[in-house]
Amino acid sequence: MADNEREPTVIADNAHVVYRIYGSAAAGSNTPLASFKRIVTGKKSAAVREVHAVKGVSFVAYKGEAIGLIGTNGSGKSTLLRAIAGLLPVERGGGIYAAGQPSLLGVNAALMNDLSGERNVELGCLAMGMSPAEVKAQTADIIEFSGINDRGDFSSLPMKTYSSGMSARLRFSIAAAKKHDVLLIDEALATGDAKFRKRSEQRVRDLRKEAGTVFLVSHSEQSIRDTCERSIWLESGVIRADGSTEDVLKEYETYVNK
Amino acid sequence: MAQTAVAESDTGPSLKELAREHGLTKAGRLPRLPEYTRHLWSYRHFIAAFANAKVSASLGSTKLGVVWQLLTPLINAGVYYLIFGVLINTKQNVDNFIAYLCAGVFIFGFTQTVVQAGSQSITANMALIRALHFPRASLPIAVTLVEVRNMIASIVVLIAIVLLTGEPITVEWLLLIPALILQTFFNAGLALFVSRLISKVTDIRQLIPYILRIWMYGSAVLYPVTFFAERLHGWQLALVEANPMLIFIELIRHALMENVTLAQPVGLLWIQAIIWTVLVSFGGYVYFWRGEKGYGRG
Ligand SMILES: Nc1ncnc2c1ncn2[C@@H]1O[C@H](COP(=O)(O)OP(=O)(O)O)[C@@H](O)[C@H]1O
Ligand SMILES: [Mg+2]
Repeated sequence: MADNEREPTVIADNAHVVYRIYGSAAAGSNTPLASFKRIVTGKKSAAVREVHAVKGVSFVAYKGEAIGLIGTNGSGKSTLLRAIAGLLPVERGGGIYAAGQPSLLGVNAALMNDLSGERNVELGCLAMGMSPAEVKAQTADIIEFSGINDRGDFSSLPMKTYSSGMSARLRFSIAAAKKHDVLLIDEALATGDAKFRKRSEQRVRDLRKEAGTVFLVSHSEQSIRDTCERSIWLESGVIRADGSTEDVLKEYETYVNK
Repeated sequence: MAQTAVAESDTGPSLKELAREHGLTKAGRLPRLPEYTRHLWSYRHFIAAFANAKVSASLGSTKLGVVWQLLTPLINAGVYYLIFGVLINTKQNVDNFIAYLCAGVFIFGFTQTVVQAGSQSITANMALIRALHFPRASLPIAVTLVEVRNMIASIVVLIAIVLLTGEPITVEWLLLIPALILQTFFNAGLALFVSRLISKVTDIRQLIPYILRIWMYGSAVLYPVTFFAERLHGWQLALVEANPMLIFIELIRHALMENVTLAQPVGLLWIQAIIWTVLVSFGGYVYFWRGEKGYGRG
């Protein structure tokens, strides 16, 4: 391995991520008597259920790489990206290390639905750490890029009046307005119509040139083939394959079509 | 076959060394307190924008909009006056009971709404926390700022009531400002404290209404403070008189009203208010900061 020449940007070392959900106990385990028993015996509440979403993942990502992340629904792709971004804690005993602050660009980036598109752009940019001057300078560009004003002045209307495609486009445009060291893209390109998809794929290629490393989750194999040389296949929270996109996709296809 | 991952997972410790060698930082590392504070300060514009957004989002769906900020305290004061001033006569020998009551209701209400909103500031914004990177203390602090706005509206109403009930304007009114600033910092600390506590122990949310109600009864909001001295003695009285909310309410009553009986000398009240503020705001901030990296866990 040419570790000495290549500069690592993200290192996952035996990373486990566990979700804990409260108050979703199975029927019967939440009776007063059962609760009392737990208090007396000091046992952990059965009302807390755990979902072990990522189970001991290790890999090294290098500068200049674009890595596709594939796997069936619920295999832990989004969870892994959130953990790389430091948004979800990694369990003790392992860790994820990254250069700078990785940024997650997801379809779920929450904004406030009662507020206008313009206010959301302002809020989103400030939350990404931009200064008010930068925000002011970029707002028009962001709204222009999202194309929500193509059919009239929608940027001054509350986001709850937008179609789901429109709000996804706006969210993508906000997140893509900033330079990133490590960029994590979670199915963000799948939203919007064909015209917007083309525009956003171009934007991702530009971002990749500036960013050190890009991770891309997508269900479009074409998208992965076009942008990534390397891919990681995640299944039930475990890495099944890690290597060149061609090889990994081939293996994944035989698995899915079985 | 692409199986590099399997080979790498055997070399656990060396991955860690590789990361250190190249100066990578661990995701989810807790920053030091000064570093965190600087980071938080650099997010002040986000905090202000978030607070404004919350106000417009909550008032946006009403027709009267901002007028509600004045109407809410007025209605509140009216309801309490009807019950405690007219129906149940608790005023005993207080000169200006309306003003006395309103000062208590509004000042306690400031802390009460901060605690209520603060208790949800992490749990209600989970999607935002999982999507974006910002110092999480921004959320409870923004909630406190929203309530500061509402408090200023209540103080305007309170001043109108005090004037209408015949109190003169004196220099002592200036004491309102430091007292409210102290209470704001106290509230921010409380908001930080409850938001972390409730994000960890969700069940406590159910107890908050009762805790707040007991706290209100112990703060001489609805009846004169002399009520306690007549009924309680020794450590019980000392406990009630050390109550920070009672202290803040007394300071406001002292600032705005002429003939008002206080539980303790005014200088002592100020000293205790300062001690409480420093303790609660600093303690709440440190407690919140220590949990910074766990808030995304749900
Ligand atoms: N907020 C959450 N709380 C609890 N479990 C979750 C949460 N989000 C995802 N999970 C669980 O974690 C696992 C992986 O989910 P996810 O990472 O979203 O998969 P993918 O993005 O690959 O479709 C699933 O079993 C899912 O049910
Ligand atoms: Mg997903």
